Amino acid sequence: MTRLRKAMILFGLLLVTLLVLVLAPFFGMEIITPEMLFQPAEKLLKVNIFWKIRLPRVLTAFCAGAALALSGLAFQAMFRNPLATPFTLGVSSGAALGAVFFIKLGIAISFFGVAGQSVSAFLGALFAVLIVYGLTHVKSGFSTATLLLAGVAVNFFCSSFILFVQYLSDFTHSFQIIRWLMGGFEIVGYQPLMTLVPLFFIGSLIIFWLTHELNLLVLGEDIALSRGVNVRKIKTVLFLATSLMVGSVVAVCGPIGFIGMMTPHICRLLLGADHRFLTPATFLFGGSFLVFCDTLARTLIAPAEIPVGVITALLGGPFFLWLLLSSSSEQTLSV
Amino acid sequence: MIHSKDENKMALPLIEIKNLSFSIARKRILDSISFTIDAGEYLSIIGPNGAGKSTLLKCLMRIYPVETGMIHFRGVLIQKFSQKALAREICYVPQSDGRFFPFTVEEFILLGRYPYLSPFTSVRQTDKAAVHQALTLTQTSHLAKRQINTLSGGEKQIVFIAAALAQGSPILLLDEPTTFLDPKHESEIYRILRKLNQQLKMTIIVVTHNINQAALQSDRLIILKNGQLTFCGPASQIMTNDILAPAYDMNFRFMSHPTTGQTVIAPEVIHDAP
Repeated sequence: MTRLRKAMILFGLLLVTLLVLVLAPFFGMEIITPEMLFQPAEKLLKVNIFWKIRLPRVLTAFCAGAALALSGLAFQAMFRNPLATPFTLGVSSGAALGAVFFIKLGIAISFFGVAGQSVSAFLGALFAVLIVYGLTHVKSGFSTATLLLAGVAVNFFCSSFILFVQYLSDFTHSFQIIRWLMGGFEIVGYQPLMTLVPLFFIGSLIIFWLTHELNLLVLGEDIALSRGVNVRKIKTVLFLATSLMVGSVVAVCGPIGFIGMMTPHICRLLLGADHRFLTPATFLFGGSFLVFCDTLARTLIAPAEIPVGVITALLGGPFFLWLLLSSSSEQTLSV
Repeated sequence: MIHSKDENKMALPLIEIKNLSFSIARKRILDSISFTIDAGEYLSIIGPNGAGKSTLLKCLMRIYPVETGMIHFRGVLIQKFSQKALAREICYVPQSDGRFFPFTVEEFILLGRYPYLSPFTSVRQTDKAAVHQALTLTQTSHLAKRQINTLSGGEKQIVFIAAALAQGSPILLLDEPTTFLDPKHESEIYRILRKLNQQLKMTIIVVTHNINQAALQSDRLIILKNGQLTFCGPASQIMTNDILAPAYDMNFRFMSHPTTGQTVIAPEVIHDAP
């Protein structure tokens, strides 16, 4: 595939992203037309809905989608494993456990204006990261297998703990927990977006900064080292950056699993394995795909909402199967 | 592409390995190894499986950190090099292990330019020239657009050498480059190595099980056994059972090559006990 063709695909993705971002806020329980935005007096409510509910929600969904997709991309390259995502490392489970604790305890507190649930989910994510990171640090070397196994262990631990908390909870809390675990963007105002943006920005910048390194990590640690990559340092940076990014996303909108795993694969099929093209593509595709799914979530059975995690899985599962069948499975499944 | 040698530093050995020991999971893999390598030398490392040959290469490439002992490059401790600086000195062709590479040959070779790249930079003219030169040297230009995974084992191995060459380092390490290859590809690889050594004055360090080839084209040979250096000397001296028999725990037969007249070996046939 020529560079020109790749550049054109990227440009196409950029156009689609802009289109999705511009159109999505107009859709919802009620369709808002562009003219309404310029009729202030009698349409004040709809203007408010547009600017204070739909737009922040669309932007949050975009950031969350892009962050999850980029994290998945980085982890798949680091572990040379198509199934590796930050979720494999137990980061999302840790965040979920934190949030579930908060729901169970039902304390209505906030820290510096940030909702308590976000803080506790974020702390849970950090806790999981520190455990995984600590475990791999205790043993010398920083091997992929050790890291993945540590992640699996943390995952099991957190999932079991969530089940335990749920078992002890009454019906209301139990329902709240299940609903939160499905993932969604029922947010109002710009506060959630503001908690997400700083870490999202730093994390994305780091991954865009390290595209050459990601290309080399795909070849294996020994080759990456022999080409001059400081593997240990780069892995630590990537690991922390993506974990923080995912932690903040899970804190705001619950665990949404499909994006991080599938988006990079879909982009790989479109553009090949070069991370210089793959990274921007994954960023755009992940973001706009989650915005699209969230728009569906808001409109399909309005006035009720479908959890966006359910939509992503329902759309993504069959699409991924179709990809597997329509092209060589080796290309799809390999990083 | 190949660095000119610094005349002032010619007195120093290019690589000096002193009392190098290395253990994995408390098992001693390398045991107090010392030797030197001069610039432009062709050195083969032979020895039975599990002798520590690959580990020695990985220590030189700092894939394994030096625990005990010292490795100096041009008089500078290996630990003092950044990974990029080390990559500009040494390139490495690993053992082929059937791993998946999702790149085309050209993309893969271009990744060898990493030590000269900074983030967000695109490919410069010098990088393109280095890739072109690597393809030409290994006569693989016709494979440039192919996916690596569609190549045969022999083509793949030559492309790996090309990728290491694009790195532009004066020292080339190869870990069993001809294992699993047919005789044609094997001799092709040895031809390329000879060319790199003689025409470009690259220092070649190759781990191999092909004792005949090692003796034929190396300047010097070292033999490892159980992590210890049991022989280090000119290639011409190894063709005796005094040296080879204890290394491999078996006897060899020696004969003259029908056309070149050089000594070649054949392993003694081992019969089953009646």
